[in-house]
Amino acid sequence: MSVGGLDIGSRTIALMELEQGAIRSSEVVETTFDPMAQCQMLLADREFDVLVATGYGRHLAQANFADSVITEIKAFGLGCYHYFPGCRTILDIGGQDTKAISLGTGGKVADFQMNDRCAAGTGKFLEVMAAAMELSLEEMGSLAMQTQSEVKVSSMCTVFAESEVTGLIARGIPRPEIARGLHEAICDRAVALLKRVGVEREVVFAGGVARNPCLRSLLEDRLGLSLLVPENPQIVGALGAALSAL
Amino acid sequence: MEDYRQMWSELGLDLEAHDGLLAVLPGIYEDTILSQEGRPEGMSYFDFVFSEIHGLRIKELYDHRKAGGKVVGTFCTYVPEELIIAAGGIYVGLCAGACVADEEAEKYLPRNLCALIKSSLGFKLARVCPYIESCDLLVGETTCDGKKKYFEILNELQPVHVMELPQRKEDSDRRLWREEVGSFVSRLEELTGNKIIEEAVRGAVRIVNDKRRALLRLAELRKSDPPVISGRDALLINQIAFYDDPERLTGKVNELCDELDERKASGTGIAGAVRPRILLSGCPMAIPNWKVPAIIETSGAVVAMDEMCTGIRYSRHLVEDAGDMDGMLDAIADRYLKIDCAVFTPNQERLEHIKELVNDYNIDAVVHHSLQFCDPYTIEAFRIEKEIDVPFLSIETDYSQEDVGQLSTRIEALIEMISSPDRA
Repeated sequence: MSVGGLDIGSRTIALMELEQGAIRSSEVVETTFDPMAQCQMLLADREFDVLVATGYGRHLAQANFADSVITEIKAFGLGCYHYFPGCRTILDIGGQDTKAISLGTGGKVADFQMNDRCAAGTGKFLEVMAAAMELSLEEMGSLAMQTQSEVKVSSMCTVFAESEVTGLIARGIPRPEIARGLHEAICDRAVALLKRVGVEREVVFAGGVARNPCLRSLLEDRLGLSLLVPENPQIVGALGAALSAL
Repeated sequence: MEDYRQMWSELGLDLEAHDGLLAVLPGIYEDTILSQEGRPEGMSYFDFVFSEIHGLRIKELYDHRKAGGKVVGTFCTYVPEELIIAAGGIYVGLCAGACVADEEAEKYLPRNLCALIKSSLGFKLARVCPYIESCDLLVGETTCDGKKKYFEILNELQPVHVMELPQRKEDSDRRLWREEVGSFVSRLEELTGNKIIEEAVRGAVRIVNDKRRALLRLAELRKSDPPVISGRDALLINQIAFYDDPERLTGKVNELCDELDERKASGTGIAGAVRPRILLSGCPMAIPNWKVPAIIETSGAVVAMDEMCTGIRYSRHLVEDAGDMDGMLDAIADRYLKIDCAVFTPNQERLEHIKELVNDYNIDAVVHHSLQFCDPYTIEAFRIEKEIDVPFLSIETDYSQEDVGQLSTRIEALIEMISSPDRA
């Protein structure tokens, strides 16, 4: 049986193809302003017995072509458990959401916490801040790793934090320190969410922001443990969606 | 609707803005309420009342005033409806449930304030609420800080009588509240020119008790599984109970309950019979705020019960018949002080009640709804989460639609969690 898992996120769309339960291929594209067209492009020339959608675009996908939907919370549970069967806690930082998930047996979600409406502590927050400092995301991450001294960024609201960063730049604070402070701010937020569900080993860090080495090391220091990160943290949701059909 | 324009104009409504409001309501109602499958036939009365929300009921208030009667507007379950009836008046609940003229309201109120307060002032400033414009007196109460300060502002536009609600339930608090009930009697007598007499209070107590009994009967029927009525329909009825004629409403709720009794006996439920059962708890949802229950119920669960002011908190306690005038005023004061709003401290009763509902209604998960910036409810949510035995989701939201995507994800994930067959 061939199964497709499609994770339509705010920044990227990931497709995972399983054949007889084994990973056959995966692909990630930008979401753009026309996610349905991007999905059609991904799905062209591919045939599935079952296609499961997840991510914020899941219902639109179901209305158009997907057979069923699951939330990204369930999908990340299944996906992370597949890669790391010892996984009990997940931190998923995506484009517009941050989620802390606690797993019971067999990758089943036992509890979760998710940020409210605003983009506080999400990938979008980092993107906006990088833009305010005229850096790419990767550059901001590397700069933040260059220093141990940080400046405190107190606003978690993306809009207020941008003003705060503008103020810090105006005060002549070096960019690496500001970058470090921004990563610390996200780290604080993520740790608070994790503590609400309880931190139990193993802890998996997934979602697009898991590719950020600075945040990874800050989180590891703060939590006092090493995080497991999937090789491609952006496809975990799509994998989980596909696995849910098996 | 054309017949009502003269009346709306006399009430001082901004007809153009009001037309705009009336143009969107039927669509929301269709999508959220009428589109549900397997509704009881008895809901047709409530659909009709809603369709005439700014029409027929306003005409009744209008005629009542033309005949010399008074209309009293309230913003809270703590205001004794019995006394308004006993004075020959009509009460109407005025809490608003949609964003209207926020930018106007923000000339007087800060941005970071509960949506209920801000939109209530918005409706007043935009002159689009025929209910508030029909009121001869508004009654406020000192429940939360936001409302207290809001009533100062509102009082400059329309007279507001503020009842001081204590925040504890000690003897001294009871004395204070009893005095407030007495002052309210005087204020109503002054307003209506009618002396509030014992027989009138006794009659009014009966009317309001009957209404509460009917609503409690409805609440009791919601224990049925499969559910005989949706949470949205039950919420709608509770919302309408704040402004419809109480005796007529009682009759219609009882008729509906007769039908629900039959449904229960024959095992007929609303569409999608096997659904996880959610208890919705927290801040009130004023018309047309159906956002959260709509997400819950279109995601495959049912709001099997609610623990809100627009729900069981409104109907839960009856006024005991207690002899003479003083005894009855004592009984009224006591009844209202039993309400377990989160502004009280300590507020153990609410927690105990939630535990009881979880048990009695066979609840699979609790969704706690706080209006953003409502500190008392938002804070109590933490304690409830710790002390109950079923999964719990705490939501902070307002009247806007911008967070519907994220709310859906969280609510669907909760439903996936409790639907999982091998949940620990």
